[in-house]
Amino acid sequence: MGGVHPPENKITASRHIEELPVPGTVTIPISQHLGVPASPVVAKGDRVLTGQLIARGGGFISAHIHSSVTGKVVKIDDMMDSSGYRRKSVVIQTEADEWAEGIDLDAGIVRGCDLDGAAIVRKVNDMGIVGLGGATFPSHVKLMVPKGKKADYLIVNGVECEPYLTADHRLMLEKGEEILVGISIQMKALGVEQAIIGIESNKPDAIEVMGRLAASHAGVRVEALEVKYPQGAEKQLIKAAIGREVPSGKLPIEVGCVVHNVGTAFAVYEAVQKNMPLIRRVVTVAGKSMNKPGNFMVRIGTPVSALIEAAGGLPEDTGKVINGGPMMGKALNDLGVPVTKGTSGILVFTEMESHRKPVVACIRCGRCTTVCPMGLEPYLLSALSEKNRNEECEQERIMDCMECGSCMYICPSGRPLLDLMRVGKSRVGKIIRERTH
Amino acid sequence: MSVLTVSGSPHLQTDQSVSKIMYGVVFSLIPAMLVSFYFFGLAAILVTITAVVACMAFEFLIQKYLIRGPLTIFDGSALITGILLAFNVPASLPLWMVVVGSAAAIGMGKMTFGGLGKNPFNPALVGRVFLMISFPVEMTSWPLPSAFSTKLTDAVTGPTALAIWKDGVGQGNTVDQVMADLPEYAQLLIGNMGGSIGEISALALLLGGVYMLVRKIITWHIPVAYLGSVVVFAGVFWLIDPTYYIDPLFHLISGGLMLGALYMATDMVTSPMSARGQIVFGIGCGVVTMVIRLFGAYPEGVSFAILIMNAFVPIINKGMKPKRFGEEVKHG
Amino acid sequence: MNEIINEITLISVVSLGAVGSMAAVILYFVAQRFKVIEDPRIDVVAELLPGANCGGCGLAGCRALAEAIVKAESLEGMSCPPGGNDVMKAIAAALGLEAAELEPMIAVLRCAGSREHAPPKVHYEGVMTCAFAHSLFCGEAGCPFGCLGCGDCVLACDFDAMHMDSKTGLPVILDDKCVACGACVKACPRSIIEMRKKGKKSRRIYVSCINREKGGVARKNCEVACIGCGKCVKECKFDAITLENNLAYIDFSKCTMCRKCPPVCPTNAIAELNFPPRKPKAETREQPVEA
Repeated sequence: MGGVHPPENKITASRHIEELPVPGTVTIPISQHLGVPASPVVAKGDRVLTGQLIARGGGFISAHIHSSVTGKVVKIDDMMDSSGYRRKSVVIQTEADEWAEGIDLDAGIVRGCDLDGAAIVRKVNDMGIVGLGGATFPSHVKLMVPKGKKADYLIVNGVECEPYLTADHRLMLEKGEEILVGISIQMKALGVEQAIIGIESNKPDAIEVMGRLAASHAGVRVEALEVKYPQGAEKQLIKAAIGREVPSGKLPIEVGCVVHNVGTAFAVYEAVQKNMPLIRRVVTVAGKSMNKPGNFMVRIGTPVSALIEAAGGLPEDTGKVINGGPMMGKALNDLGVPVTKGTSGILVFTEMESHRKPVVACIRCGRCTTVCPMGLEPYLLSALSEKNRNEECEQERIMDCMECGSCMYICPSGRPLLDLMRVGKSRVGKIIRERTH
Repeated sequence: MSVLTVSGSPHLQTDQSVSKIMYGVVFSLIPAMLVSFYFFGLAAILVTITAVVACMAFEFLIQKYLIRGPLTIFDGSALITGILLAFNVPASLPLWMVVVGSAAAIGMGKMTFGGLGKNPFNPALVGRVFLMISFPVEMTSWPLPSAFSTKLTDAVTGPTALAIWKDGVGQGNTVDQVMADLPEYAQLLIGNMGGSIGEISALALLLGGVYMLVRKIITWHIPVAYLGSVVVFAGVFWLIDPTYYIDPLFHLISGGLMLGALYMATDMVTSPMSARGQIVFGIGCGVVTMVIRLFGAYPEGVSFAILIMNAFVPIINKGMKPKRFGEEVKHG
Repeated sequence: MNEIINEITLISVVSLGAVGSMAAVILYFVAQRFKVIEDPRIDVVAELLPGANCGGCGLAGCRALAEAIVKAESLEGMSCPPGGNDVMKAIAAALGLEAAELEPMIAVLRCAGSREHAPPKVHYEGVMTCAFAHSLFCGEAGCPFGCLGCGDCVLACDFDAMHMDSKTGLPVILDDKCVACGACVKACPRSIIEMRKKGKKSRRIYVSCINREKGGVARKNCEVACIGCGKCVKECKFDAITLENNLAYIDFSKCTMCRKCPPVCPTNAIAELNFPPRKPKAETREQPVEA
């Protein structure tokens, strides 16, 4: 249902993952995940090793943070991050890597896993694994089935429907085996016997590789999906893979499944089999004017400017730099912000690409309604938000909006639909919170 | 490097614009324009040009001096209103009446509601109905087609095909008897028949309609629902009494139905937002059109049908919401 | 012919008259049956109120305030900011109650980060509402507490007391029109606007900054930011200034407007409004432009 098809621009699809050298300084925010921010357990002046715990998660929905480098803690202060605000971060001056004890750096694949479900969940929690698809939800929580609910499917998100991004694609091609082991571990933790890897059909090589590897893993199969944005959105993916619709306001577990990104599956493999905490991830750096766009394995905390340098430097005609994909990513106001657990890509837009088309009156064409994957009416919701009619917004299900941007993409009048709906959502969210208090 | 731009996502937009859509519609009207200009001659060309210029002029004057707001006369919407208004009147209509109709269409039908996107009724039809009620004689003198002629006056006028049928059976003749007076169906299809400037050639209009569908300017729902319901309604009555009611094909290719179903009813501003709503709208238009054609006082019902259904659009929008994802399924 | 006309006229008059009378009778009884007994004092009070329904009293309109006052039989805790003391006194007189004399208040913009003092480092594009810009990033100038200049406050004002100064990018509050209803205070997502005492002759002194970041960071983005140095706290002989979270705050109930603190501020972050110009001896910045 719905969706749009922006130009794919997968210009880095054939670029092998390149290891980015450790930068001189890293800035590690203590909140890179949904839920309660972590609390630092190191202080200014401390020397930390690569992989060492530097911040402890607080509460059930939280995650631990580990140092991605070896070095000295320069300060723990408010530093600009991709949220557009300064947030508390641990700033480390780097030295040559000295790995924390217990981490297995061997390149060989470890296939067997003797741990039981509960132990797997504990390990995933200890290693600070969060969802790498962009939502950064603490993964150990998503590996536990709540009491009273049952899961029969693990769905692995290899869709990567955003234009330009190819990090997951390359990961599947180069680390497919590890991903499959990670998937098996996740299946064990959840107690499910079936896993489906969803991959968009514009990645035939990944479908072939993963399909071949999945053959030797019981219960795992690959599903080739239609190329449509936002096919990779959780609810849409579940509908396409197993035909079930997650009810409004509920989680996937309600229809008996859990969704994890392929990158998360890989991180789970590294965590459980190699004791490797989440300290690095694949980031796509792309843009029409970039000299050397590519996919890089980056240490968490690396400044975006270092990534852009490695990709050939910031082009003269740059107008906008985006953290993430072009449909849901965040425009950066400062290039010194760090790469975090949720950074899947850095896109450099030229000046020409950076501006919106002029806004004219709504011509009631209905395209926004046709493309909305959640069956909402953006023309109505944005108008209601503008007039501060919040109760009606709630009745029209504004909280179902997943901010995918399809409506604003397709609008011929260039209306700021999503901007207005976001304002409406935050107002309605506030009303709902006050109501349940 | 210039300053970084910060804006909310999405950071991509299609290059579709309101102007592109409008000019796409204008382009699709070219076949119909060529046929009409051929059959009705210079008179048709003048009426069309006058309507277009008058519509744009009125929009300019109102926006600049009354509203004192931004000018939008080049976005293509006034141009389309002008062309469609011209297509709805006879080629022999005096030009000053065309100007009055344009004032009604743009001034009353569009700008009073707030301009583009805010009017509930199709402006070209508002103009046409205004003219029909104000100048009934001139608005029902339909020139007969001839090979391209520059004669402006003394065009031979005659009844439209629908009028021939309605008057004929009204006087007690059977359909077969009336058939003799009607142009051949092939001629009706091509456009060699009396009628308003734009409505005569069903074939040319269909060509334009297909172009718009391919370019995704309109969707199939309204035209198919409208034409489909006309065929069904006409078909039922034709089967009941073929000596009084004429066959559905005749209804499809005569009168302003093709023009209405493809260009007037599909006007985005005045039609429903969701696909389901559009189908209801199309069926409503079809039923009302046929009721007027078969049982009403007028031989042609398209204009009134569309305007009546325009009035129902807000209710249709409210009732026909798209299917919400993850709708809680009610049990029992 | 005439007889027929007379007959028709007679029938029309009689029948319509009968229908009309019946309707009148029914309406009378229904009105009596469903009559709402209201305290007549509510109407009296409602008459005295301005009738703007601005919500500044905290209730849903003037009628609601009238009902609340009559129900509570006291003016305790109720006030009509647009009406001011005159209206409250009149209501008190009408009801035979006591009215507390309240200090007139006014909305004050506690940010001086104009385009000149806090130059934009990036360019924002999108819907022009502060609510959205605030959720997107810290702002074009880089100060996460500073005015975003999109004008949500101006839109919220029902009394035409605010407009946006296009040169500075900051909203301007008009002294003589502001009735302190509080709409702009609620509209600002960063709570930059504060309700303060209007002051004798409309004079007031306040710290025109709410930035709570460390001094160095604040100053980097805005020349007139409060850096939390504390010089003003030391200078004030009336204990009216407190320093918390790198930000100074002048308590308007304690401030005597002695004008000793503005000159000592190294970043000119203390504003003094509607005072006569100082003698050229002390270093002062220009008075904020009054509309």
